[in-house]
Amino acid sequence: MDQTAKQTTNQQHPIGIYLKVWALLFVLSTLSYMVDYFQFQGYLRWTLVLIFMFLKAGFIISIFMHLGWERYALKCTLLLPPLAIGVLIWLMAMEADYTFSSRQLFLGQ
Amino acid sequence: MTTETNKPTVDTRWQSLNSDWANDKETFPMPWGKLMMWIFLLSDTFIFSIFLTGYMNVRMSATEPWPNTSEVFALTIAGQHIPLILIAIMTFVLITSSGTMALAVNYAYQGDRKKTFLLMIATALLGASFVGMQAFEWSKLIHEGVRPWGNPMGATQFGSAFFMITGFHGIHVSAGVIYLSIIANRVRKGHYEGKGYHIVEITGLYWHFVDLVWVFIFAFFYLW
Repeated sequence: MDQTAKQTTNQQHPIGIYLKVWALLFVLSTLSYMVDYFQFQGYLRWTLVLIFMFLKAGFIISIFMHLGWERYALKCTLLLPPLAIGVLIWLMAMEADYTFSSRQLFLGQ
Repeated sequence: MTTETNKPTVDTRWQSLNSDWANDKETFPMPWGKLMMWIFLLSDTFIFSIFLTGYMNVRMSATEPWPNTSEVFALTIAGQHIPLILIAIMTFVLITSSGTMALAVNYAYQGDRKKTFLLMIATALLGASFVGMQAFEWSKLIHEGVRPWGNPMGATQFGSAFFMITGFHGIHVSAGVIYLSIIANRVRKGHYEGKGYHIVEITGLYWHFVDLVWVFIFAFFYLW
């Protein structure tokens, strides 16, 4: 218990890992900017934007915010509730589709 | 007859989850302030998610064409017309500040007060320059006639989504700059000697979260 408590409350890690992740975040940001610069469109654009976004978010959360080294109980507490947002996005997308089609139907646009 | 002999040497993640919640002890073995910062950030995650979901909803249901962000946020630098360049620079500034913050946390746990102070101040200055660029971006768009209720480029909802989302994020950055300055100054004065330097990690959590939110705003608002 003492050993694990020490590990979780003292987030000391070699400085090299921060520098590597820092460099990686720069590369990923450049890549996502390139998606716009070269005007990729359609599914390719969305796939690339989402891949780079989730990679960046993952590195920030797990390394910079140290969540990768935290105990499983904290990971569950922080990562499970946001799954509900997926449901909200799904519902709102359906609602938006419905609004869009009614506007086209009744506003004659 | 001791519990030590029965204790597994390596906990699986499910065993650790079970023992953290079931045993008669604190569930989260960490400083109180750090746990509270995490809980606050979880609630903030929901606030920004709801903003972005609301933006998705109005954008998908808009019948007028959405303004082309690549062009709206383009700048002409030295005769060169570069699309979305201001937002790209802001992204790099924020990532740089996240890097200096991560190093500040590292030096704080090593007990190097001077380096911690300098890196935190560097983080705050980068944050302040981000807010400055955002003010420039806002005034440019306001000058071009973008309002929360309409704009000359297309769908009216563009303005309200833009000012609401970037404005709320900008307030978070501004608050972070103030928070960082206060804690950095206390570190310099030696306020945390003996108490420990968890406070720097807690400040860092907030700052990295601000960067994290920007990753999503960049992808969904500017690159969509």
